[in-house]
Amino acid sequence: MAELQRTIKYEADRVPGFGREVMSVPGCEQLQSCIQCGTCSGVCPLSIYMDYTPRQVMELTRSDFKNEVLKSHTIWLCASCYSCTVECPKQIRITDIMYELKQRAIHEGVYPKKFPIPTLAKEFYKMAHTQGRVTENFLAAFMFMKTNLMAALGMWKLGLGLFQRGRFPLKIESIQRKDELARMMEVVDNMDIDKLTNGHAKPAQPTH
Amino acid sequence: MAVTYSYYPGCSLKGTGRAYEESLLPVMRALDIELVELDDWNCCGATAYMAVDELKACVMASRNLALAEKAGHREVVAPCSACYLVLNKTKHYIHESPSVHQVVNTALKQGNLAYSGNTPVRHPLDILVHTVGLDAVKKRVTTPLKGLKVAPYYGCQIVRPYSTFDDQYNPTTMDRLLEAIGCTVVPFPLKTRCCGGSLTGTLPEPGLLCSQIILKEALKRGADCIATVCPLCQFNLDGYHDKIAAKWGASRIPTVFFTQLMGLAFGLGERELGLHRGFIPLQLPATLRAAAA
Amino acid sequence: MEPKNNNDVRIGFYVCHCGHNIAAMVDCPEVARFAQQLPNVVLSRDYKYMCSDPGQELVQKDIQEFRLNRVVVASCSPLLHEHTFRGACEAAGLNPFYFQMVNIREHNSWVHTDRAEATEKAKALVQGAIERVARHKKLEQKKVPIHPDVLVVGGGIAGIHAAMTLANAGKKVYLVEREPSIGGHMAKFDKTFPTLDCAACILTPKMSEVGSHPNITLLSYSEVTKMEGYVGNYTVTVKRKPRYIIEDLCTGCQDCITNCVFKEPKFPDEFNEGLGKRRPVYIPFPQATPQVVLIDPEVCLNFKRGKPGQEPVVSDRCKKTCVEACGEKKAIDFTQKETFETLKVGTIIVATGFKTFDAERIPQYGYGRYPGVYTALEIERLVNASGPTGGHVVMRDGREPKSIGIIHCVGSRDKKTNRWCSRVCCMYSMKLAHLLKEHTGAEIYNFYIDMRTPGKGYEEFYDKLLEEGVHFIRGRVGEVTDWAYAPGEDGKLVIRVEDTLAGYVRRIPVDMVVLSTGLEPQADAQEVRRLFNMSCGSEGFFLERHPKLAPVNTFNDGIYIAGACQGPRDIPDTVAQAGAAAAEAMALIDKGYIEQEPNTAYVLAEECCGCKSCLPLCPYTAITFDESSGKATINEALCKGCGTCVASCPSGSIVQNLFDDEEIFSEIHGVLAYD
Repeated sequence: MAELQRTIKYEADRVPGFGREVMSVPGCEQLQSCIQCGTCSGVCPLSIYMDYTPRQVMELTRSDFKNEVLKSHTIWLCASCYSCTVECPKQIRITDIMYELKQRAIHEGVYPKKFPIPTLAKEFYKMAHTQGRVTENFLAAFMFMKTNLMAALGMWKLGLGLFQRGRFPLKIESIQRKDELARMMEVVDNMDIDKLTNGHAKPAQPTH
Repeated sequence: MAVTYSYYPGCSLKGTGRAYEESLLPVMRALDIELVELDDWNCCGATAYMAVDELKACVMASRNLALAEKAGHREVVAPCSACYLVLNKTKHYIHESPSVHQVVNTALKQGNLAYSGNTPVRHPLDILVHTVGLDAVKKRVTTPLKGLKVAPYYGCQIVRPYSTFDDQYNPTTMDRLLEAIGCTVVPFPLKTRCCGGSLTGTLPEPGLLCSQIILKEALKRGADCIATVCPLCQFNLDGYHDKIAAKWGASRIPTVFFTQLMGLAFGLGERELGLHRGFIPLQLPATLRAAAA
Repeated sequence: MEPKNNNDVRIGFYVCHCGHNIAAMVDCPEVARFAQQLPNVVLSRDYKYMCSDPGQELVQKDIQEFRLNRVVVASCSPLLHEHTFRGACEAAGLNPFYFQMVNIREHNSWVHTDRAEATEKAKALVQGAIERVARHKKLEQKKVPIHPDVLVVGGGIAGIHAAMTLANAGKKVYLVEREPSIGGHMAKFDKTFPTLDCAACILTPKMSEVGSHPNITLLSYSEVTKMEGYVGNYTVTVKRKPRYIIEDLCTGCQDCITNCVFKEPKFPDEFNEGLGKRRPVYIPFPQATPQVVLIDPEVCLNFKRGKPGQEPVVSDRCKKTCVEACGEKKAIDFTQKETFETLKVGTIIVATGFKTFDAERIPQYGYGRYPGVYTALEIERLVNASGPTGGHVVMRDGREPKSIGIIHCVGSRDKKTNRWCSRVCCMYSMKLAHLLKEHTGAEIYNFYIDMRTPGKGYEEFYDKLLEEGVHFIRGRVGEVTDWAYAPGEDGKLVIRVEDTLAGYVRRIPVDMVVLSTGLEPQADAQEVRRLFNMSCGSEGFFLERHPKLAPVNTFNDGIYIAGACQGPRDIPDTVAQAGAAAAEAMALIDKGYIEQEPNTAYVLAEECCGCKSCLPLCPYTAITFDESSGKATINEALCKGCGTCVASCPSGSIVQNLFDDEEIFSEIHGVLAYD
């Protein structure tokens, strides 16, 4: 017989203040007005693969169910197509809330190891940070190396095809004034962001 | 006399999306528009950066806008959909939050730059249809692409969430532009349905399904090719045909940039427009091939 | 009790505890003690409830006993009890305008938290009032007579009911309706919820009564173009649009229609929401009242297509078989022009109704792109026996639908279109579900966010629909598309929605989609409200004086609103409001006069320099300029005492009763002098 699951949620399962925190980001306050109509899920092309639909994620966020939300697949399946944001009758910035949740999940390290999407995001961040520009094929390579080497090898045909068509640069692109960009990022790191933005932005990622 | 715009190519247009730049610049030149590439532009951050740290993403994007202000041209043209979205989003974010604006300008000072928050960022479609005008485009057409059936695919990020120049669900600027160069635009309900974005590489099952849906419907509607505005959309719709065929059966149809079609109509050469860079080659209808010969 | 000179001012001062409302934050005995030592104050009392009978009797007794000739009460807002205390003064023989009220509740105790400071503030306000009241003058309330006739604007169910109620009470009513027939939206419905009464069956007897009632003058195909005057004395100009038919001679036989040179009707039929066709000469619907046809000059062959805005010109190109068919009656007159009539009425009831949301504004639902998508009003016509298909539900492409999706909240509860809930759509969506199921036997799906069924019998109607096997899916529809994905979707319209209660995203293919469009204000609501000197709320519906206690009054005495023009509502509530408006109008008419608050402004003719700068400033158009004398004058009956002209007059020659310079400055002085 299959394992029985108990799914009741007690107040102790909530992380009080989580919803408020997410909603304090400019643009996300509208989540308070959500009437759970389901339009977001109805238009989302990826909702059919999600464990919690976008509507459910909104309710879970608002009700402080942080663990459930940050562990969901939903936030990683979001392709930022903005259909939900545009269709929402209460003009809730659902896509921006999804970004918020992605950031928090990365910040807290809450996602499966070798899960490609957060790894891609972090590699992208690193490359953009240090080089100033992103060279797609190298980025893809780094991501695959860190998550799924076998899959990378499976992409050899695509790689060859791109190379033959001149779409596979052999050199990592970068800007001239890299140091200038680095200094700008350092300024952001050192700023008392909480004081300035009333706690809206999160501290920078020490990924380099 | 040529009109100049600041030109922000973005990382893709120098890599996998080369053909977009290769076709955009001569087409604009033919219409008396000079696109001046921003000096030392940096990556806009696209969707990935926003997933890590949105404040730094803002600064990344703002550096480009500050460079544009310094260059002194009135407006910035950003052909890549993600860049277009991120630059506009940053502009909105800065307008809404004075404290973010303060952080951004403090950081930008490191490069003796500042961003006022006012430079408009526009898409080439917007400029071609609304500023240049379809009449001027029609005048430059030497070989109307008669008989070529095109499915217009806009993707998500140029119409959502900021719909400055077209309807968010049923846009028509590209439709009208394609008709102006002689194409037959097929009715296509999936104009703005997401192609899967970066998920095609990271989570192939859902990502590629999104692309496959678009390819299959375009074929069903009788299109000869799909015209797109975004380098990632072009990559997704054009680059994964083997994988798609393995999962769901083949849906082979070429996907090109709308600027490549415009270039053809203006009499420019296929190689010059980067048409050889696609995986599925564009087949012009027999009548057009005869005319070109 | 005229004071011989200012030294003879004898003020009685009262401060009210108002239970705990004031006393909790203001030390009332202290205020009374303070007031006692102010100049001219004869007596100073504090009392628990001044507005009560004993409180008022106290004031009256004191006026008599102490020969008071001024009274000041410090209590709640004048909006509440100024009238009460003025009445008490009058009953004791003192001119009511020798009374001044000080608000130490809403302006003081209810908004402050420091008792000491609140008490000090109260004392300052009281000192101001005491200094002011000494300068009050005796004023009389004017009585304005009310003309007994009534104008009802709008001939829908609201206008019809209001007109009938008043006419039956013996009042003479003018009913002006913009369309060629009365009946409004209700005439288009097939059945009404929740009883499923046939709309036409319950409406047409009332329409017919209106048409034949001796006290009702029906001006159909007409519009109000100007309203002048003031409460009880309105002069209204009505434009009668040309039907090209002499109304009195037309018998409604419709021979002209059957004999029109157009053998087949060719032009979109407005009454049938464009689903049917009509000829250039037509009658809107079979039960139209008045039973008179009309000619559309835009498409009639006998007219030349003129430039927009210009009057149509007779081309005389047509054989005019219609005139021939009309024969002896000679009711057709192609030379008819628009005419204007002037009406004199005392009260006006505006019942101009609503318009439906334009579904093309939501392209995701495909209205206008997919022929299988309909609006609710179109379905009403489709299922109706006198509709374009005779009640047979057949789609534009000729198919009979086997599955139908009804989408609630189209253009309602949506920040991008209209924020409000349109109140009737859940009920009419269910009604249409029932009718469509009855007519076609199709599978019916209703897609809703919440089921709103508050009225009498409404929840039971929902039960009935559930028992009939209509599928109710809680989820706001994301899109309607013709893109087929799963088997069974080819050739159908696919509704993509999250079934939130079951917890799945679903794709449901249907043949026909019905959009339950919301209710909006009429397109010309802003022009109409300016015409009648009314306000609109932020959503655009006409503004009532008080949402709870005065839903049919406007801020202008003598002008009432009723029905959906005030806000979305169903037929029972509309009829109730129409009755209420009629009652309010009748109350005014039967009383015969209205008492004007005397705080009107007047021009000191000797000082007026004739600059005319006050004229355009008056929001009530109360100021006129006499060219011969070169002076401005203010119509006392129209003036509402807003003070704009008083403040703006560069020569200071406009004075306002109850607010003249002396009174205002003395009040300011009193408040500031306290420290």
